[in-house]
Amino acid sequence: MLHLRELKKTFRQPDGTELHVLDIADYHVGAGEQVVMVGESGCGKTTLLHVIAGISRPDSGKVRVDDWEITLMPEAECDCFRAERIGYVFQTFNLLPGFTALENVLLSMRFSRRRLDKHRARQLLTRVGLSHRMTHRPTMLSVGEQQRVAVARALANKPKLLLADEPTANVDAGNQQHILDLIRETCKEENVALIMVTHSQEVAKQFSRIDRLQEFNRAAVHQ
Amino acid sequence: MSLWKIAWRSIQQRAFVSGLTALSMGLGVALVVSVLVVYGVVAQSFHRGGEGYDLIIGAKGGKEQLVLNTVFYLSEPVGNIPYSLYEDLTDGKLAPYVDLAIPVCMGHSYQGFRVVGTVPEMFTELKYRGDQSYEFGQTADGRPGGGKGENFKSENPFDAVMGSTAAVRTHLQVGEEFQAVHGSGEGGHVHQQRFHVVGVLAPTGTPVDRAIFVNMKGFFEIHGMEGTAAHKEHAGAHEGHGVHDEHDEEAKQITAILVCCKQPNPSRFADVVAGVINKGPTAQAVQPIRVIADLFEGIVGKLEWVLLGMAVLTVIVAGISIMVSIYNSMSDRRHEIAVMRALGARRVTVMVIILLESILLSLLGGGLGLLLGHGMIGACSSVIVNWTGVDIGLLQFQKIELFLVPGLLLLASAVGYLPALAAYRTDVAQSLTNTP
Repeated sequence: MLHLRELKKTFRQPDGTELHVLDIADYHVGAGEQVVMVGESGCGKTTLLHVIAGISRPDSGKVRVDDWEITLMPEAECDCFRAERIGYVFQTFNLLPGFTALENVLLSMRFSRRRLDKHRARQLLTRVGLSHRMTHRPTMLSVGEQQRVAVARALANKPKLLLADEPTANVDAGNQQHILDLIRETCKEENVALIMVTHSQEVAKQFSRIDRLQEFNRAAVHQ
Repeated sequence: MSLWKIAWRSIQQRAFVSGLTALSMGLGVALVVSVLVVYGVVAQSFHRGGEGYDLIIGAKGGKEQLVLNTVFYLSEPVGNIPYSLYEDLTDGKLAPYVDLAIPVCMGHSYQGFRVVGTVPEMFTELKYRGDQSYEFGQTADGRPGGGKGENFKSENPFDAVMGSTAAVRTHLQVGEEFQAVHGSGEGGHVHQQRFHVVGVLAPTGTPVDRAIFVNMKGFFEIHGMEGTAAHKEHAGAHEGHGVHDEHDEEAKQITAILVCCKQPNPSRFADVVAGVINKGPTAQAVQPIRVIADLFEGIVGKLEWVLLGMAVLTVIVAGISIMVSIYNSMSDRRHEIAVMRALGARRVTVMVIILLESILLSLLGGGLGLLLGHGMIGACSSVIVNWTGVDIGLLQFQKIELFLVPGLLLLASAVGYLPALAAYRTDVAQSLTNTP
């Protein structure tokens, strides 16, 4: 489903020196598989998710999602591909404050080439327990509710791959497990592959596959 | 969910700043609308002032002065012409070309408003604004008119009718009397004879609204009645007001004659009459529409561009305020834009959203400006009518206003381009990493 080969990403620092962030020889995640990725802070977890999503371009190497080589796609095509096939849950939720919960979910559909499916948007919000909060704006929602809207938004376009970047880090302890279960269950129901980045051992130990970035990212090893 | 809605939500989210920005654009547009409408209506009134007759015949001299004095009741009369010239036009050698000739005498005033001596046909035969008939209390076919009372009659020499603005400003109503003053200003000799107001004209939006019309016979008679040496001396000092020296019919003089030439080719006949008159030693004939057009172009025409230039500059400044407002918000919104991009929005899409926001703000401001502009004009219309006789209504639109919407769209696209470009160039990964 996801296949990375000889992937390299370097940042130029203000002093002119190069910072090697990613150097991955080979990495694979199967369809519907749920993977947790752990690693020290600054070891390149978020950068890796950005590269997989096509938000950042690698310096070299290949990122293949299904049969699509996204590193070869023009930017506009890559944007459409991301909208339609990759869901993204951010640590800080990143809901757009001017829009209601329902509109935040619909917004995600708007940027794909598919038609707006209000029924699915409502269904997803109901699935995450927010049927009574659809017309509420993010500021009127609790932190846990905001993250649940973010989960619904990420699944709006029936993606094949869901990338979750520390989705429970900003959520109170009571809601952490609920959010985690929600993500895992909905991914399972919709046969969506999941890569979740976390540094929480509590979260990591619930997954059968735990990938330590330092182990397969040669750049992190050298840092 | 359309991109328009996304742009609108962004405006809503910053309602206060967006409101102020739209208001500044609205004020600019209101200024443009006011200038366009007022200028358009003034130009129309100016040009229509000379409509209704083909020629003005007056004393030789400046043709502009003749037109200003006869049509707009401004400036001083050029001089007098013999009454016999009027008779030539009605019964003499020029009569075959002339459909209607209206004599006018000037040189008197009341509370600053010109007192014009003329004949009743001025209001029964002449038209204004092309085909409009003058109205008193009743129209010619017996319907209620927009004015009061009736036209003066030829047999009543001291009857007078008031232009609508003159009636309001002097507070003279039907049944009241007034004494004309020699000259056009205050402090002149006050004639003993009183004129009796028998009618008030309905507003016409022409200079007629700002004048008082009396029977020409009475106009001549007040000089005959007061034919003292002192008065003669006074009259002599005021060249160019219609006089009737000591009841001498042959020496009777008038200020000007308004001439309508016969159909089917009045302009050709006007050329014939003008040719004959202009060859003579005493009078000149001018075509008022041409003179007015030249006058307007020469004096007011250039002012139009100055006023319009200033108004457009104001709108451009308001447009720049939209650019500054959106551009300043970009640093706050960079994260938001990055989120949209992460959700799959293309660079062009976020650029279009920002441009639409600029267009919406401009259109909002433009709509507000149209309402404000026409609202201000509507609110001031009664005052403007009273002071100038120019009737400007709330819904008096000018064709050039049609260009406002495409103009605003162009302006919005231009001022929105810079912030839109900033949105286009947003570094998604970096902006996502920088938590708001």
